[in-house]
Amino acid sequence: MTQITLTINGETKTIEAPPMKRLLDLIREDLHLTGTKEGCGEGECGSCSVLMNGELVNSCLVPALQANGARICTIEGISTKGRLHPIQQCFLERGGAQCGICTPGMILATHHLLEKYPQPTLLQIQEGLAGNLCRCTGYTRIFDAVQQAILKTQQPTNN
Amino acid sequence: MPDLLQTVGFSPIRKEGAAKVLGQAKYVDDLSFPGMWFGATVRSSIARGRIVSITFDPAIPWDEFVIVTAADIPGQNTIVHLTHDHRCLASDRVNHPDEPILLLAHPDRAVLPAAVAGVHITYKELPGVFTIEESEAPNAPAIWSPAPADHQHSTQKNTFKTYLMESGDTSNLDHIFATADYIVEGEYRTGAQEQLYIENNGVIAEYSATDGVTVHGSLQCPYYLVHALELVFNLPEEKCRVIQTETGGAFGGKEDFPSVIGSHAALLAMKSGHPVKICYDRAEDMAGTTKRHPSRSRHRTAVSKDGKILAGEIDFALDGGAYATLTPVVLSRGTIHAPGPYHWPALRVRAKAMATNLPPHGAFRGFGAPQSIFATERHMNKIAKVVGLSPEELRRRNLLGIGDHTATGQLITDTVNMQHLLTRALDESSYHAKRAEFARTNPSSPIKRGMGFATFFHGAGFTGSGERRLNSLVHIELTPEGRPQILVSATEFGQGTNTILCQVAAETLHLPYEDVLIAQPDTSHVPNSGPTVASRTAMIVGKLVERASQSLRNTLSPYLPSTSETSTTPYTPAEFRSAALAYLAEHGTLVASARYEAPGDILWDDESYRGAAYPAYAWAVYVAEVAVDTTTYSATCTDFYALQEVGKVLHPVLAKGQIEGGVAQGIGYALYEKCVWQKGHMANNQMTNYIMPTSADLPPIRVAFEEIPSVHGPFGAKGIGELPMDGPAPAILNAIEDATGIAFTEIPLLPEDIFERMTSTPESGSEDLEPTNAGPYFSETTA
Ligand code: FES
Ligand code: FES
Repeated sequence: MTQITLTINGETKTIEAPPMKRLLDLIREDLHLTGTKEGCGEGECGSCSVLMNGELVNSCLVPALQANGARICTIEGISTKGRLHPIQQCFLERGGAQCGICTPGMILATHHLLEKYPQPTLLQIQEGLAGNLCRCTGYTRIFDAVQQAILKTQQPTNN
Repeated sequence: MPDLLQTVGFSPIRKEGAAKVLGQAKYVDDLSFPGMWFGATVRSSIARGRIVSITFDPAIPWDEFVIVTAADIPGQNTIVHLTHDHRCLASDRVNHPDEPILLLAHPDRAVLPAAVAGVHITYKELPGVFTIEESEAPNAPAIWSPAPADHQHSTQKNTFKTYLMESGDTSNLDHIFATADYIVEGEYRTGAQEQLYIENNGVIAEYSATDGVTVHGSLQCPYYLVHALELVFNLPEEKCRVIQTETGGAFGGKEDFPSVIGSHAALLAMKSGHPVKICYDRAEDMAGTTKRHPSRSRHRTAVSKDGKILAGEIDFALDGGAYATLTPVVLSRGTIHAPGPYHWPALRVRAKAMATNLPPHGAFRGFGAPQSIFATERHMNKIAKVVGLSPEELRRRNLLGIGDHTATGQLITDTVNMQHLLTRALDESSYHAKRAEFARTNPSSPIKRGMGFATFFHGAGFTGSGERRLNSLVHIELTPEGRPQILVSATEFGQGTNTILCQVAAETLHLPYEDVLIAQPDTSHVPNSGPTVASRTAMIVGKLVERASQSLRNTLSPYLPSTSETSTTPYTPAEFRSAALAYLAEHGTLVASARYEAPGDILWDDESYRGAAYPAYAWAVYVAEVAVDTTTYSATCTDFYALQEVGKVLHPVLAKGQIEGGVAQGIGYALYEKCVWQKGHMANNQMTNYIMPTSADLPPIRVAFEEIPSVHGPFGAKGIGELPMDGPAPAILNAIEDATGIAFTEIPLLPEDIFERMTSTPESGSEDLEPTNAGPYFSETTA
């Protein structure tokens, strides 16, 4: 057992956990944040995506020890006080979520993409989300949601 | 100005959508019950044999575990689907790799993998059977000996089911073939496909001596699991309760399989006295659960000089795996869809499903139709080539129209016009312009481009007399707050059930969409409105929701303001609520119901396999553009256009999402997704080496609808869910033939297959199109 101290969605927490415990399990079991999903456990599907110090990582591949001292943001940290983030709003309106199991990871990947490229091209969207598998949508409505979110998130800075 | 309360045909926000985008929706692995233990499954490591011994590694503290074997089953050791051949747990012999033998439960999830590895099973191995050909061979071992009672009708030892579907002048077949201008033969194959829902199969079971068994799980058909539990536990229906949790994709993969994992968890719960959760990891889910049936189709068609189909013989075979699951009905849908939307003056379809020592294959979106349609749509292109017509013209001369009969003898009354759909699809996809362009550019380019299409239909609802047998029931109740709440066993797993059913009720009740609720499917509360399969939810369950809503409204009418005939808004939502509360104050509760009533003209004869196979069909033309790189041998779908007539589109955003998602799965089926079998075990049971399309792999998918309201569904809707799985694979292989001149006949078609064919002489997996060089399945006669 090791002591792991991390900032999760803005709150600092200290947890006792085996050093090699997956960050995914730490988040789901110890921090009781079940919005982060496991799809494959091998770094292929991206449904366990979280932001770690601002980078998009597959939390199923990150040992807890490595998260010590890190800043983690999960889907629960994307909305503010129950108000949907514009990305979430666009996924909702544009049909970007069907069964919803890939959605938290997809929204974090979109968040990360738009931080990196505020005005991504379709190709950049396609490549930026290629680490997040969705079996339901065929991705078309997800691209649509992301493009809509670009418009929405740009608005404040344009004013 | 549209009526503000109008919702059908608009795209309101998905009912459970906010919970999903917030990460608050609770899938089964997100739930935890007090005192909950975790379960795991010990599986066979061989395909076929007798269990000789089971020993337990002494290094493991077994007294901490609960162990369940077949001997612990209080009822029958069977998972009932259509037959009783499928054991809940193997006891003396195993029939496929990864067959469940023992179950373990422990309070700590982390110790289970080592415990599973600590159970040592020895076998006396028997020879296995792994393909349709091995299974049908005269000297093949009989997979079951003695055969289970359910199988004894079979004429062949390893046959699950056969169908003979005849249409037109079949007594004259020999003569027609003897005098036809052309006879065109072809063989086509499709591989197994994994559903690959992103949430694996999972359940939590509870047991109490007084209440019986309760299973919470990721599943499509709560009542299927209820019926499975009744037999395993020997309990009456009211003591077997199933609650669907938020379900992270299903596609058929959570239709029959939850009966297995649900029964397993419930057995562990009973023996341990704790709630038990079993959630498979990806490797176990892929190796141990059902997939799409592999298929082989053989076509022999008599055609006239001018491209008219005169007669056909189709042999359709499925690999069912080791147990029947839903194979007979998958075979049935495949059989009925094999003729496609064409007119056959004489046709004989012989269909059979063979047993092999693979894990049982089961339901997957399309349910047999993608397999037989792939063959037919490839074969139509072959006929066109032989006769010297374009693929378009050949189809135009044979497409069904209003007033024609399908191969089962069903009169086409839908006012669909396939000729028009074909014209529109080829136009809007720029099919002709692009073909002309590619004909110019291909010779000088290492990238060969091509266009292909498929014309097809898909029946909505259960096949044949299925809906009559299901006898579905729907309730709509008033909550104490006076809000209508729909009670159905139809489940939401992404396709939009919650949303469209609420739209139908809202529109019928003249209420805002937001005012209508839908209950979580819990069999202690919702009636059996049938399984959520077969593209039946919108059309069949939706119609029942419409009728139940009308009945609710009628009951409340004495409490509602009297309306003039012309008013479009007969009452306000507030008036509805006061009426509802007034009714409840007087009577306590209100539950309105509707039960399925078969339309008088929809008749089916199971014996002769003739009649109206489905209440309605969705019709479609899909067009694919491909690029084949002759240096890397990779084929890519570069543009996709999907046109369909599905009746009234209830929710355009959801409907488009259904089509796009299905097309993506179809592209995966054609070009990416290959199950690699090693002695019946899926060797590539990981997402790393079973490749589904990512966002960077797919072309633009352009979706268009024609809307001709159907009398069978609410507000004119028909079924939509399975249709998009049927068209992509044949359209893509037709396009690859257009690009390369090579007629591939098998999917999945991977770069290694293209490499092999392009660098060697024609052999299996493709055919030379020069009639003089044609392979063994091809012959031509001139009368
Ligand atoms: S669960 Fe982590 S990438 Fe799939
Ligand atoms: S919405 Fe189901 S996997 Fe993406």
